[in-house]
Amino acid sequence: MTMEAAHRFPHKHLLSLEDLSRDDIGLVLSVAASLKEISTRSIKKVPTLRGKTVINLFFEPSTRTRLSFEIAAKRMSADTYNIAAATSSARKGESLVDTARNLAAMAPDVIVIRHACSGTPQLLTNHIDASVINAGDGAHEHPSQGLLDLMTVQEHKGRIAGLTVAIIGDIAHSRVAHSNIIGFTKMGARVRVAGPATLIPPGIARLGAQVCSTMHKAVDNADVVMALRIQTERQNESLVPSLREYARFFGISSRTIAAAKPDAIIMHPGPINRGVELDPALADGPRSVILEQVTNGVAVRMALLYLIMGGN
Amino acid sequence: MASPHPPLLLKNGRVIDPVSGTDKRCAILVADGRIAGTGKQFRASSLPAGARTIDLKGKWLCPGFIDMHVHLREPGEEYKETIASGARAAAAGGFTAVACMPNTRPVNDCATVTALILEQARHAPARVYPVGAISQGSRGEALAEYGELKKAGAVAVSDDGRPVTNGQLMRRALEYAGNFGLRIISHAEDLGLSGVGVMNEGDLSTRLGLRGIPRPAEDIMVYRDISLACYTRRPIHIAHVSTKETVALIRWAKANGCQVTAETAPHYFTLTEEAIGKYNTLAKMNPPLRTLEDVAAIKAGLADGTIDAIASDHAPHSPLEKEVEFDLAANGIIGLETAVPLALELVRAGVLTEARLVELFSVNPARILGVEGGTLAEGARADLTVIDPARKFVYTRDMVVSRSANTPFLGQTFHGKAVLTIVDGMITHSEL
Repeated sequence: MTMEAAHRFPHKHLLSLEDLSRDDIGLVLSVAASLKEISTRSIKKVPTLRGKTVINLFFEPSTRTRLSFEIAAKRMSADTYNIAAATSSARKGESLVDTARNLAAMAPDVIVIRHACSGTPQLLTNHIDASVINAGDGAHEHPSQGLLDLMTVQEHKGRIAGLTVAIIGDIAHSRVAHSNIIGFTKMGARVRVAGPATLIPPGIARLGAQVCSTMHKAVDNADVVMALRIQTERQNESLVPSLREYARFFGISSRTIAAAKPDAIIMHPGPINRGVELDPALADGPRSVILEQVTNGVAVRMALLYLIMGGN
Repeated sequence: MASPHPPLLLKNGRVIDPVSGTDKRCAILVADGRIAGTGKQFRASSLPAGARTIDLKGKWLCPGFIDMHVHLREPGEEYKETIASGARAAAAGGFTAVACMPNTRPVNDCATVTALILEQARHAPARVYPVGAISQGSRGEALAEYGELKKAGAVAVSDDGRPVTNGQLMRRALEYAGNFGLRIISHAEDLGLSGVGVMNEGDLSTRLGLRGIPRPAEDIMVYRDISLACYTRRPIHIAHVSTKETVALIRWAKANGCQVTAETAPHYFTLTEEAIGKYNTLAKMNPPLRTLEDVAAIKAGLADGTIDAIASDHAPHSPLEKEVEFDLAANGIIGLETAVPLALELVRAGVLTEARLVELFSVNPARILGVEGGTLAEGARADLTVIDPARKFVYTRDMVVSRSANTPFLGQTFHGKAVLTIVDGMITHSEL
């Protein structure tokens, strides 16, 4: 396989999009674009990463992301192992650092980790030699999701620079929002955010986003409208009074979307609460690229595994 | 603790005694655990038999430093620290006495635990003043037995580590503590606001994806406690001030005649939240490290008398509590051995005078706790701290005397430290 080697991927780990340069992101996207074709073949496998070992260490429930990493690794012929550990059992028994050291003793090449606590992938890198890929840490980042969102927009719009991206919903607790704000602004897009003020964190402007007081201002003339999952467990914290009220005032409906550009695309990182943050008709409608995001997720993760395991 | 130790003639030092307004080069004679005399010169013939002379040229001779806020972890968490190891760390850091907070296991909420602490401290190289709990089990529900605590040797009461959430209980505590002359030390925190926060709330907490503790979580409770102290006409002491708003509130309260005193810890005038960097749990404490504006306000408060004391909030933890996910890591750092060097940085920077430093570490803690100390007057107990302001050193892991080493200051170069500590006329630490 040959890649344009104009830029070398200089990172051993992928912990956050904050760590990546514009060139790094461009490289991931171009490699992903060329690897995407593999998933359309009748034999969806290349030998590139044969003999490499990838451990998926998931401390939070995940279907999409875990499976996406697993399929990505297998299509590149790496051996994959999945560990689903509950955060609570880690609290009771073995510490995370001990778990990591034990896994490291079995010589994996990459550990893909998801954890409810922000900074956990960083902690892992302090104690083990393997490469670490962050598959979502607390409210910090979900860099591979940010990259697959960039890839999806790039495919539809042919560019990222100069676009306007509206991200709607729970910005405060969303690692997807954080990675997207960082990724899109780094690639030259304008990012606006809107949602209940209780879910807009302080200092989000410092990440590069423009905070809009109304949904209309955020969506107005946007090229991309992204809904975020409202985490229903947040209701206990008095952040939103009810899902009904949320759906009515902050859900994305055909009325909201009318303010966006006519060719605006609708995105969602999943899983969707249908009828809450996104009108089901929009989720399934012609503007929705939600399932393409999932398809691109595999390609982006193939690219990341390839680049991180010495694929330069 | 009167001793068979030889008399000491401490000569050529710069004697700094703010109570008497002394700041001059002279000698001090120590005998029978007391300050026997002060003078320009002592004739050899006038010295008691067997007196040992120590030359303190270039050093500062101060009344013994008192760290009024430490956690010694005994009973219950001796793997982190013991009273003996904590007292050794205190002596090494230049402290002649410490006041230990009651959040041990069990909580020091009764005479039995207070007595146990004092028994364990009997041969320790620093005085240990137990602080009793405000409420039984520090659960914030019912008053602890202040009379019994006081009789057993407690010098103050606090539920430190936890705030007293119920305003009525705090009011009753202030009133009842007055019967026994015990000061209330308040850990001011609105738990509803601090919630599950793990660092200062702001730009950085958002960037790191960590839950924030907003500044009002401290300020609101400080105001409540000031209000109750004024209303009940009782004194209150505010622990570990971390925000500029709290400094302003205390300044206002003092100007209005409230009996409020306050302390801050060296990390709050030295570090900001930026010290967290890439999720460094050694920069996790409660209250959290704040911002440059807060650091500036705290320095101003130390200089102008708004803040009365510097206390380390020495909080030993093992790697079990610190080498974990940031959200799960325990709060706090050790501080007995770095408090004086960090405060000396403020003297070097012209923020504090030497006399003010001695007030913050000695005169005021003694006054607030109502214990002997803070003076070099003839007849006073010979608890002394000697500082070499020119001693340059790198604080390394090997130097740590505490049983735990959870400090972000390892590897840092300091200018100045305590080089001689004397308790009751006995040398408890010397690196002259």
